Amino acid sequence: MLERLGAKMWDPEKVVVITDHYLPEVDDESRKILATARDWVKDAGVKRFYDGIGICHVVLPEQGHLRPGMFVVGGDSHSPTGGAFGAYMFGVGATEMLGVLVTGEIWLKVPHTIRMAWNGRFADGVSAKDVMLFLCTKFGMDGGQYQAVEFAGTAVARLPMQERMTLANMTAELGGQTGLVAPDETTRAYLESVGVRDVDTVTWQTDPGAPLLAHHTFDADGLVPQVAAPHSPANAAPAGDFTAQRIDVAYIGACTGAKIEDLRMAARVMKGRKAAAGVRLYVAPASLRDQRAAEQEGTLGILLDAGAQLLANACGICAGYGDLRFAENEVAISSTARNFKGRMGAASSQVYLGSPYTVAASAVAGRICDPREMLG
Amino acid sequence: VTGRAWVFGDDVDTDAIAPGRYMKFAIEEIAKHCLESVDPVFASGVKPGDVVVGGRNFGMGSSREQAPQALKALGVSALVAQSFAGLFYRNALNLGLAAVTCPDAGRIRAGDRVSVDPEHGRIRNETTGETLACEPIPPHLMAMVRDGGLLAHLEKRMKGS
Repeated sequence: MLERLGAKMWDPEKVVVITDHYLPEVDDESRKILATARDWVKDAGVKRFYDGIGICHVVLPEQGHLRPGMFVVGGDSHSPTGGAFGAYMFGVGATEMLGVLVTGEIWLKVPHTIRMAWNGRFADGVSAKDVMLFLCTKFGMDGGQYQAVEFAGTAVARLPMQERMTLANMTAELGGQTGLVAPDETTRAYLESVGVRDVDTVTWQTDPGAPLLAHHTFDADGLVPQVAAPHSPANAAPAGDFTAQRIDVAYIGACTGAKIEDLRMAARVMKGRKAAAGVRLYVAPASLRDQRAAEQEGTLGILLDAGAQLLANACGICAGYGDLRFAENEVAISSTARNFKGRMGAASSQVYLGSPYTVAASAVAGRICDPREMLG
Repeated sequence: VTGRAWVFGDDVDTDAIAPGRYMKFAIEEIAKHCLESVDPVFASGVKPGDVVVGGRNFGMGSSREQAPQALKALGVSALVAQSFAGLFYRNALNLGLAAVTCPDAGRIRAGDRVSVDPEHGRIRNETTGETLACEPIPPHLMAMVRDGGLLAHLEKRMKGS
């Protein structure tokens, strides 16, 4: 397309390319798509290319490419994940990305801010995924109104970086353009650990008294583990309401549900336990870096001992692009972001969403359960 | 543009419009499966010029532009909805497919003949004689739609410079 336009890339130094959706390459079509990407990266002179080491939303920050105050677009709907670092980041389609590559420009309507403040402390066994399933259900899949959603409050400030990423990530499900968390010492510590220097945690804060489109305040202590029933993340209710539901598959995967923090949640539940007979447990760590960390600290070992089958560091079943899919009438519980009808398998498959704690506990029980029962 | 209306509900997602399992194929193949999980006869029955009418949050989900592209490939001439998911809306306009936000879209019935004027924000239901007010597409985006989408628009701009 650049050729058709007779154009050059506006600035190859500002472009990062990461492969994730069509991996692992299972057929000639996916091989061709990946080969096209690899050839293009070479021809176009893109130096920041990460091939097969994880999902873009996790790889981008772990390779040190994000910092507060950046304005970033990504070629995937879960690009708001970058907002966890105080960057204004959102998803665009392929043609729009071409426009950005050529011009370095994009339009947007100046967004309003919707603030979701969570104060207090989340209970043990309650995570960012529960927050987002709760919010999708409360406000609907268009509750974010394609505006900027800011996650704030003392409970959010206590969350580690990757949990904040899960909040920002699922702003896509909430229908916001981006999801933001104001940068603080947690942000600085993460970014410094990946080599980002001079992190500005002062400038990129919401001004006191700034006008808000809406300001919602929640008591973090009151939130219980949530499960979203088929076929929408907005179908959530307390996990304890679903305990009659048996499962065939438990899937711990995706940018939103298989980072190192997510794997640790699952391992806390699974330590010394096994997946129930007849339940397939899949783990697809969101990045190679997180997989290695999980390996070194023993987290991965716990999951494998529990009977988990390890899958590639890629979008996998969550994107629904590959070979591995849920069969007709299968019931799955998944730590991923979306359970739209037919997305992860046959149209008759039933996908429930829950946190990594909840998915792990359900795998052990063979039916959906509240993970707090298994946390000592 | 005037065409027959195909009416859908709220929260129609991009997995329904462009199913993931066909994403590796050419757009003609993806289009054959467009909306099949919602309306199995849509892809085979839709005629060039027809208009797709949605409820709230039409096109929610993925950034895949194959969703509006599949609708365009089937000959759909315009999209009308009570509201669109932001990312889908951008993609539709970038591909030169008019997406018109109309709070009263729910008044259009399946099979009605509707004329859509995206520039002035008007829909005329030829079947009922009713006129529905919509949000006009902003001029800078309408110029892009008229050129046939972002690629053609950029091409024009590059040649002009």
